[in-house]
Amino acid sequence: MIYLYILTMALTTYLIRVLPLTIFRKPIKSRFIRSFLHYVPYCCLTAMTFPSILSSAGSVLSGGAALVVAVILAYRGKGLMVVALSSSAAVLVTQGLMSLIG
Amino acid sequence: MNWKEYRTGVRQGLPVGMGYYSVSFGFGAMAVTMGVRAWEAALISAANMTSAGQFAGLTLIAAGAALWEMVLTQLVINSRYALMSMALSQRMGERIGFWPRLFVAFFNTDEIFALAMARKEPLTTPYFLGLAVLPFLGWTLGTLCGGVLGSVLPEFLGAALGVMLYGMFIAIVVPAARGERTILLAVALALACSCLFAWTPGLKEVSSGLAIVACTVIAAAVCAWRFPIQEEEEAAV
Repeated sequence: MIYLYILTMALTTYLIRVLPLTIFRKPIKSRFIRSFLHYVPYCCLTAMTFPSILSSAGSVLSGGAALVVAVILAYRGKGLMVVALSSSAAVLVTQGLMSLIG
Repeated sequence: MNWKEYRTGVRQGLPVGMGYYSVSFGFGAMAVTMGVRAWEAALISAANMTSAGQFAGLTLIAAGAALWEMVLTQLVINSRYALMSMALSQRMGERIGFWPRLFVAFFNTDEIFALAMARKEPLTTPYFLGLAVLPFLGWTLGTLCGGVLGSVLPEFLGAALGVMLYGMFIAIVVPAARGERTILLAVALALACSCLFAWTPGLKEVSSGLAIVACTVIAAAVCAWRFPIQEEEEAAV
């Protein structure tokens, strides 16, 4: 039975991804739709990151620290890996400090 | 096969693979506590390559839900991928044909999408092959290890690794928003929407997958209407 669930899950997810990728292959003419798709990645990534990041690291404080560190480093033009690892480090440091205090 | 493109993809996929390993470790550990075997959990990861969708799917499996409920849940939670695939399809242009697209579609996760869209150079099939390898391995093996080892990884370490994926998103959004005022406005609008969905009574009942889609559509549509892109901007996108 679990394989039927897995198959259903996988098939649904794949169809969601594959249909737009194979159907909309020709360049879209509409300026509105092209502009819309231009903004989609940034809007989508933002909506996924905030406020979820605050509740992703055990406490709002450590999640917030990860957010602040990542935004500052990214603003200064640091690369993906540096930003990602630094936000991880920010969580470790914050949680370490919190356990020292509390 | 263009190995230079492949290697570029692999290099860019490394942090994603690491992040995936830690997140899916949690998924594997959780699956076992819900009565799913470790290798079945790994199979779920290998076949789906989604995060929120799999966590929700696991809950449904444990609850013995109907198959149509599974379909509906996946549709709602994963509908953002339809938008991403549409954007990615335009970004790929006509260089990448039908068959490679069947492959790329399977690996169109949030992070792989983000990296591909952020790339300055034209996208190629070997690049996608390289980009997909480590995230796929990280996601599947992380699930397997999580299922087998359970909660060996201390909780604080898991939390620290978990924010890596968000860190990557931020590293993509912030420089773009800094460089282009209209993107900054789009980001601000999506942020405001996202907060409304998270904290307003009533709206916060909406599932997170649907909320992401709603925020994306609202913010991108408003900005597309108010600030349509110029022709020269498109060339760079």
